[in-house]
Amino acid sequence: MGYRLSNEKFNKLLDGLKGEYKIYAPIRFPKRGRFSDTDLIRYGEINKVEDVVWIEKSNYSPKEIVFPITQTLFYFTEDEFKESMVHNKKILIFLRPCDINGMRRLDTIFLNNGPIKDVYYERLREKVKFVMMECKDGFENCFCVSTNSNYTQDYSIAVRFTSNEVFCELKDESFQQFFSNLGTEMNFKPEYIEENSVKVQLPEVDKITTEFFNHDMWKEYSKRCIGCGRCNMACITCSCFTNSDIAYEENPNAGERRRVWAGCHIDKFTDMAGGHSFRQDYSSRMRFKTMHKIYDYKKRFGEHMCVGCGRCDDICPEYISFSNCINKVSKTLKEDESNAQ
Amino acid sequence: MSMDLNVKAIKKNAFRITKVRGKTALRIRVPGGLIEAKHLQAVKEIAEQYGDGTVHITIRQGFEIPGIPFEKMDEVNQKIAQMIKEVEIDNGVDIDNAKKGYPASGTRNISACIGNEVCPFANYNTAKLAQRIEREVFPNDYHVKIAVTGCPNDCIKAHMQDFGIIGMADTQYERDRCVSCEACVKNCSLRVTGALIMHNGKVRKDERRCVGCGECVLTCPTAAWSRNPEKFYKLVIMGRTGKKNPRLAQPFLEWVDEETIIKVIKNTYEYIDKYIDRSLPKEHVGYIVDRTGYQVFKEYALKGVVLGPKARVAEHINFGGYLYERDGFMK
Ligand code: SF4
Ligand code: SF4
Ligand code: SF4
Ligand code: SF4
Ligand code: SF4
Repeated sequence: MGYRLSNEKFNKLLDGLKGEYKIYAPIRFPKRGRFSDTDLIRYGEINKVEDVVWIEKSNYSPKEIVFPITQTLFYFTEDEFKESMVHNKKILIFLRPCDINGMRRLDTIFLNNGPIKDVYYERLREKVKFVMMECKDGFENCFCVSTNSNYTQDYSIAVRFTSNEVFCELKDESFQQFFSNLGTEMNFKPEYIEENSVKVQLPEVDKITTEFFNHDMWKEYSKRCIGCGRCNMACITCSCFTNSDIAYEENPNAGERRRVWAGCHIDKFTDMAGGHSFRQDYSSRMRFKTMHKIYDYKKRFGEHMCVGCGRCDDICPEYISFSNCINKVSKTLKEDESNAQ
Repeated sequence: MSMDLNVKAIKKNAFRITKVRGKTALRIRVPGGLIEAKHLQAVKEIAEQYGDGTVHITIRQGFEIPGIPFEKMDEVNQKIAQMIKEVEIDNGVDIDNAKKGYPASGTRNISACIGNEVCPFANYNTAKLAQRIEREVFPNDYHVKIAVTGCPNDCIKAHMQDFGIIGMADTQYERDRCVSCEACVKNCSLRVTGALIMHNGKVRKDERRCVGCGECVLTCPTAAWSRNPEKFYKLVIMGRTGKKNPRLAQPFLEWVDEETIIKVIKNTYEYIDKYIDRSLPKEHVGYIVDRTGYQVFKEYALKGVVLGPKARVAEHINFGGYLYERDGFMK
């Protein structure tokens, strides 16, 4: 079922939803960008449709809603511990197809990776429903078509924004009540991007051998990458974290266990106990990330981890392009194969 | 007929008395060091038609065109009129007749580093501020040098000016976005002042050490650090070169807003007017401050200024520098 709502009506819809849901979308933080007088676009709670930034790609992904950057897992004292709480509202997230596909990767990692589910992820994730933002044109650096992440049916509502009205497809009946009396019914089906300007050739995983891990192609990254970790932080599918126990200053017997994001490119998180640094060389970090995104994960779960959102390319200060890297992997494998024959 | 020139009027008109008898040089202003490229055409034509075909690029970011015969000054002024109109008058500078050339030369071109249109470090648009200052202080005969720079790297050498304006970022920390990577902490201690430390997995800032460079914002991978959209500046004063006592400008104000900067500079012109030694052909503002002392200057400069809550003012300044006199003691 579809609806056509003026922005005004859509805001009424949001007002209705706000009672039950925390509503997140990419929003603009004016002048909070990395460079002065530039804006930061990242996820945050919205009040009205005008808050949603739909004509630009967000700098950071929506993963922080279900996998918070900093999360207190539990509080402890000498003899007991108490699990942290989460809010009691449901969650609605406006996001594009690539990110919905990315969320599935996160689900796989946190919920379907071994016998134990990650309860801290699950307790937020189970509250979530998706509003898919139609994405017909994509942006610079996107390569979702190459990773089959341009398309999804996993959403409750799909929306097309225009300057003054919103077209909606309603799939999840539970939202019906919020729409009644608001807009004109119509047939609306979202469209999907069919071609990105960036195209990526993903390698066939069984062509990748252990020798390839020591291939010369990785070397250039040791000088190019500065290990800043922005690519990890911006990525919808990077899901590493570290836990640490924080003792409170006033009373060191009490404290909390805190989990924060980690990233394979970041110095701090490649320091192993014992003082020596694992993957010290930046090229092995690049290799580690690449192989995780387009090899290990696929071998285990049958699809590539990277969804081609391109945020890593958008944010890298050193102009290291992950899509170029993937293509280099495929090309190198092909060359090596033909050389061997 | 022998040449009979009013040298003072010529100098005021931004033409110079040069070493070569009969030849002058025109000094063209480029406020903020930024103009549309089309104006280079006028510079080229003047140099080729009236000068010796060369152009000197000055340290203050102006052009100096040498080898111009004095009798061609009027024609040259006609040639530069369109540039004066577009660069100065259209910017709001009070010049009534562009065809008569520059009405003053005492207050030098306001120079600026490239600023945040290009430079990632910059905390604001330096050219815009320079153009505003030009509008507020020019034309003026008092000899004052002003430069604006985007961040404490000070690429324009604001520390060599009577007024050096340095952009400051009020960096704000969002604790929950911090992944404790320590990048900002390491960078601040390596490259800046060590204003940041890690404490229980999160970052703490020592506000008194922070110079507002904004590097932590640049470094942070998660945007846990961002700039307060409100702009702040540091004002360093009375730096100079010269044959007496070269010295770096010293901090006068910190964490002040643009209006304060403008007001302080304008107040200083009144201060100059009141205290300048008129028996001298000219006196640079720094030497006036040497005579009156910092406290008198400070009181005058801050007249009517309402300082914001973050603002800090130097209690005393020891300008230091060195004295050329002492060269006599070198062996
Ligand atoms: S690796 Fe890059 S393109 Fe792939 S999902 Fe992560 S951020 Fe997006
Ligand atoms: S690839 Fe780029 S963004 Fe990622 S750590 Fe290296 S330099 Fe930083
Ligand atoms: S002073 Fe700072 S802002 Fe200006 S050019 Fe230098 S580094 Fe960039
Ligand atoms: S603004 Fe500069 S001095 Fe202040 S904390 Fe950040 S890096 Fe350090
Ligand atoms: S750089 Fe950012 S994430 Fe890293 S410690 Fe500093 S504030 Fe935290």
